[in-house]
Amino acid sequence: MSKDKSTLSFAAALNAALTDEMSSDDMVVVFGEDVGTLGGVFRITEGLSQQFGEDRCFDTPLAESGIAGTAIGMGLGGVRPVIEMQFDAFAYPAFQQIISHMAKMRNRTKGSAPLPITVRIPYGGGIGGVEHHCDSSESYYAHTPGLKVYTPASVEDAYLMLRAAIRLDDPVIFMEPKKLYWTKAEVSLEELRQEFDTRWAQVETQREHGEPYARAGVARPGEDVTLVSYGPSVVTCLAAAEAAAKEGHSVEVVDLRSINPLDEATITASVAKTGRAVVVAEPQGFTSVASEIVARIQQRCFHSLAAPVLRVTGFDIPYPPPMLEKYHLPNVDRILDAIDDLQWDDTPVDFATATGGH
Amino acid sequence: MMPENAQPDPTDEKVKRLGISLEDYLLPTHGRIQMISESGELLPVDEQGSTPGHEYPMPTTQELLDGYRQLVIGRRVNDQNYALVRQGRMAVYPSSHGQEASEVAAALCLEPRDWLFPTYRDTVAVIARGVDPMEVMTNFRGNWHQGYNPHENNTSVQSTPLTTQLLHAVGMAHAARLRGEEMVVLGMVGDGGTSEGDFHEALNFASVFKLPVIFFVQNNKYAISVPLSRQTAAPSLAHKAVGYGMAGELVDGNDLAALLAVLGRAVKLCREGRGPFLVEADTYRMQSHTNADDATRYREGEEVDEWTKRDPLTRMRTYLKHEGALTEELESEYTSDAETVAASLRDAMGQDAELNPLDLFDHVYTVQTPQLAEQRAQLAEELSRDAHTEHQG
Repeated sequence: MSKDKSTLSFAAALNAALTDEMSSDDMVVVFGEDVGTLGGVFRITEGLSQQFGEDRCFDTPLAESGIAGTAIGMGLGGVRPVIEMQFDAFAYPAFQQIISHMAKMRNRTKGSAPLPITVRIPYGGGIGGVEHHCDSSESYYAHTPGLKVYTPASVEDAYLMLRAAIRLDDPVIFMEPKKLYWTKAEVSLEELRQEFDTRWAQVETQREHGEPYARAGVARPGEDVTLVSYGPSVVTCLAAAEAAAKEGHSVEVVDLRSINPLDEATITASVAKTGRAVVVAEPQGFTSVASEIVARIQQRCFHSLAAPVLRVTGFDIPYPPPMLEKYHLPNVDRILDAIDDLQWDDTPVDFATATGGH
Repeated sequence: MMPENAQPDPTDEKVKRLGISLEDYLLPTHGRIQMISESGELLPVDEQGSTPGHEYPMPTTQELLDGYRQLVIGRRVNDQNYALVRQGRMAVYPSSHGQEASEVAAALCLEPRDWLFPTYRDTVAVIARGVDPMEVMTNFRGNWHQGYNPHENNTSVQSTPLTTQLLHAVGMAHAARLRGEEMVVLGMVGDGGTSEGDFHEALNFASVFKLPVIFFVQNNKYAISVPLSRQTAAPSLAHKAVGYGMAGELVDGNDLAALLAVLGRAVKLCREGRGPFLVEADTYRMQSHTNADDATRYREGEEVDEWTKRDPLTRMRTYLKHEGALTEELESEYTSDAETVAASLRDAMGQDAELNPLDLFDHVYTVQTPQLAEQRAQLAEELSRDAHTEHQG
């Protein structure tokens, strides 16, 4: 295999991860709706049923609870299922199985019945999709003890994190930002494979169970302010950081990678350094992952903070129709506005008004 | 009638010979399969409810004796636990008093390599499967959610969320096929559970993938207070199989012999790759849903009296005694076995439960998250402070 770099899309990286895990373990089985002959509506499972046979990658009846519920039975039976929920909002029929059983089985049985299941969910907006194809549902899963919630924001992470998710013995909700599927990077897949193997050896010796793949990363270093983000919003934050640099602010961007477990150490190290933070995420902000991160930064970094921790999130509204979604999603201007509000000249900003405080 | 072929070919010689259409072939028999009458007499074969050519063989006397022993133990466990709850020594117990024949048959039709997926009411089946009764009671006592390792007896957790376990049963059968293991999986559910969406999804999945799963419905007539008439307008729950292209059968759920015969054939056909099957057991929940429920608010005493006459234990005892198989010695041996289990339950529930609050954090993930480690330390600190205060006090 060549170590030459070539252009790889986010979608192709996920496909390579599935292919490599299915090659390395016969018990890895992929199923869902349209994942077989068609290769998935986003082509993430393209070629798998042809390469590994219909026993290893197959279409199911259209029944999401059935997909999640049978995955639980298969997990009990020694198989390592990777299931696809076709769209974020189409995963809700599976909610009971995921919340009441998948998340709880290990705890309920004091570890005697672990469920090594990966639930892949394309999520988020920004693709001009209809109302039920654009939800950011990560907060529901992150709120559920027993689930891990991963969401990659780069081509490299798409590959590394999906392989790790499949190998973990805990159920992982693997949230794939739809709008990143078609993004590309120049990478050497062979180098990525070597990197995965090296890190997995670490996992096995240190019993860290995948966190080396899911530890938060600094996507762009900076000195003045920290943007904390994950998944689809990381690219928006990077663009905002670039724009802010022109306005004289050195912005650090932290990419969480994993929402649960949450790597607080990386977040707090960054905010302790910069003293200012904005949390950026796509979904409605009310009782969200963003709220949780703000609360933790405020608690852990109180004495380092020069300004309140702000959030840039979607509005607290049902997902907008395609022609209006641009008004809802966090964008560069809104992030820059939030950065401007971080009390740079020690003039108190009236946050009570700014947040509509009553 | 349980067809000999679950995926019948209309041109099949047997179908032609019997003159049964493809549709009829999938339909349950018009009546129920019953072998031992309510008064404990063996019915003539032509009165057992089966279709000519598809009669069920009577289980052996030894099989019935083994089953009867489990009925005696199961009844004792039901009634002992009911009492323990009333005494406040157990948190909750959904009793299967009156349904013991269905409970016992569900376990005894399987081999150790097979899997059972029970509900919260199926404690007697779980015990008949070989799980330690003390471990089973962990759940109802309230010291943990679940007390046994599902992999030790191929018996899954007792599911509380309705009907969800049927999909787990289907997945287990699918996993076995992928692993090249031969096994039959039996999933248990109640009449109310057949109204849940997961019932449809499970039967459909199993049939589409032709998996060796038996869906065993105990129709005990009530879902807490809601009667069967609010669950279905179908002629029987067994008829629901038709739409999935699988065979269904209705059996007297208080007749151990008929249950063993029908489930036994379903298991055999599943092993031959001719599953899945739906079996409805016609039975009755004699007691309230749990101790928190009052059944007199929604059903008449006369109805309960009617079902008392159909008691599965009395019926089997009468039959086996009449056959000369159940001697006084055997009867007292079984009673003594049941009393031993009951005594150990009373004993165990009389002792303080072993509780470690820090267990709450230790099984959530394979490796504890930093956040859980922090919360665990907080509780440990609180516990040691309390212990210190108690010591001083």
